[in-house]
Amino acid sequence: MMTSERARFSFADWLRRLLNDNLGRLALITALVFVGMSAAEPNLFLTRVNLSSMAFQFPEFALLALGVMVSMLTGGIDLSVVGLANLSSMLAVLVMRNLAPDPHAAGAAPAIVLGVAALLATGAAGGLLNGLTIAAIGIPPILATLGTGLIFSGVAVVLSGGAAVLGFPDAISVLGNGALLGIPAPVLVFVAAAASVAFVLDKTSFGVRVYLFGTNPIASRFAGVDNFRLTLGAYMISGLLASLAGLIIAVRANSAKADYGASYVLLSILIAVLGGTDPYGGFGKVSGLVLAVLALQFLSSGLNMLQISNFAVEMTWGALLLIVMVINTGGLNRLLGGSFVRRIERSKE
Amino acid sequence: MLQRILARNETLVAIILVAFCIVTAALEPSFLSLATLFDLLRAGIVTTIFAVGVLLVLASGGIDVSFTAIAAFSMYVGTKAMIAFGMGDSILVAFLVAGVIGLALGLINGFFIASLRLPTMIVTLGTLSVFRGFLLTFVGTQLITAVPAGMRSFSRTMLVRITAPDGTFVSLPIAFLLVVFVVALTWFLLNRTMLGRSIYALGGAPESALRVGVNVVWVQYFVYAYVGVLSSVAGIVHGSLARVANPFDLVGLELSVIAAVVLGGARLSGGHGTILGTLLGVALIVVINNSLIVLGIPSTWQGVVTGGLILFGTGAPALRARLAALRED
Repeated sequence: MMTSERARFSFADWLRRLLNDNLGRLALITALVFVGMSAAEPNLFLTRVNLSSMAFQFPEFALLALGVMVSMLTGGIDLSVVGLANLSSMLAVLVMRNLAPDPHAAGAAPAIVLGVAALLATGAAGGLLNGLTIAAIGIPPILATLGTGLIFSGVAVVLSGGAAVLGFPDAISVLGNGALLGIPAPVLVFVAAAASVAFVLDKTSFGVRVYLFGTNPIASRFAGVDNFRLTLGAYMISGLLASLAGLIIAVRANSAKADYGASYVLLSILIAVLGGTDPYGGFGKVSGLVLAVLALQFLSSGLNMLQISNFAVEMTWGALLLIVMVINTGGLNRLLGGSFVRRIERSKE
Repeated sequence: MLQRILARNETLVAIILVAFCIVTAALEPSFLSLATLFDLLRAGIVTTIFAVGVLLVLASGGIDVSFTAIAAFSMYVGTKAMIAFGMGDSILVAFLVAGVIGLALGLINGFFIASLRLPTMIVTLGTLSVFRGFLLTFVGTQLITAVPAGMRSFSRTMLVRITAPDGTFVSLPIAFLLVVFVVALTWFLLNRTMLGRSIYALGGAPESALRVGVNVVWVQYFVYAYVGVLSSVAGIVHGSLARVANPFDLVGLELSVIAAVVLGGARLSGGHGTILGTLLGVALIVVINNSLIVLGIPSTWQGVVTGGLILFGTGAPALRARLAALRED
């Protein structure tokens, strides 16, 4: 009797601690969505086919959201990720097509390697351009990346005339459709990218500086941080992640196009914020982002199975964002009381 | 004096605008005609109404990305309601019905922002999805091509109608008068009322605004409600001029409208921005979007040009401020 009672107490304790933690609450929401959808449509949701189709869908926007998160940690934002993703994949497919004109021929490996190199170089260069417009010229990140985003997708339009560009060698399609030990290749790419970002943020001095800079750029400058180089670095990471997302989007569609994934811009911001990233900078974890991605993917796949339209899915995403924000910031408590000045401080960048 | 005028953002935008027009006119003399002017004014109607609302939000230190969804929502629901209740004979009813819807949606934004004190960008990002999702899920996805009679006659009523030398008609719809009214009203509000000063104060330094006795919550409610109503007006004007209520329209314009307003000198950090600058910013974007072809630039370059313009228009003043700060050090 005693033991079971103690066990119950510790469970309540554990639950309380879980609910007091943003990440814990998000994990709970994700688990509830998963269980709820499994219960509602056990014959469709909890199947191999659905789990695998979900696993093929989420990595592309998860990678974009990861990039947005890194930019948000610095107190900025990156609206150019989708434009850069499409431009990178466009250049990659052009390189591959020129070096390996016959997509079915064997021996396309050098073309693929050079194509991917072009892809990553474009991502890094685009990120560098973002960083320079922000750190060197001093344009607010939201406008700088809005402008560069238009330029990136604009250049992709100019290169392609607005049409889809075909010509990926067959061998690279494994990145979009293949699997290793049952794990889809896009997931492997995302896991590798997420682990690298988590490592950089948590285990390197660069990561520590990013959080410091995002919390207080003036303090970080006086602490001897090179804010200029740090901003360039953060946006280059974001650009690299965007180019990886572009590769997966393009390989899955078997073509590159200037306007793929247009709705992903707002979605990736939504995911980052839902995952607990502070849009004013200085706080955010890769683990939270992964949970947010999973919650959104479970929700949209589940709602699709319940024959609910895509528009309703969009609505639930927005509602989820608002609810999570209200809970995380203790918005309701603030409505009921608390110092006004403190409330104002919070609302101001 | 001259130095001060030159240092203003409006001046830079005006110079770019005039230079662009001169180049275009040099390459294509027919650009300098009443027909072109009216075409441009007509093309700028909806964007200007939106931009005036965005200016108010930016001046108050916030950002709103949901206004296009509010416009589409109130335009579509309003049109549908008017048809359902058979009261579509007057355009005033359209503005009234849509205005009430826009007001309600704006107040929802206001509740999350002013009462719950959530970040404006995140709130409006969320409500953008919610409003649009609700509209397309529960109200409908079908175009309404038979818009009520009031909206049709509104689109046909012309403010001026002139026969050009070559015998063609050039005309400006009455909706332009509405733009003038909205601009004048907002100018008066921002520059001649206590409320307008409070909006700038809140955007410039929220804590100081609070300490000098600005009712911050009320001001924020007002800002988002005002934007909601303006958006619904823009929605009805858009639906009337197009003579079709399309629930998929308008959403997607939000960032370019914000860009136009910031190009005109408003700052995302709040407390700055003028009506004149906003009008210039909108004019620049509209002129460029509508005259690239005249200049012989293929339309595929439009994105690159607009993006470059945003970077130049926002980069030049930012760089100048940075250099000025360096010189002082």
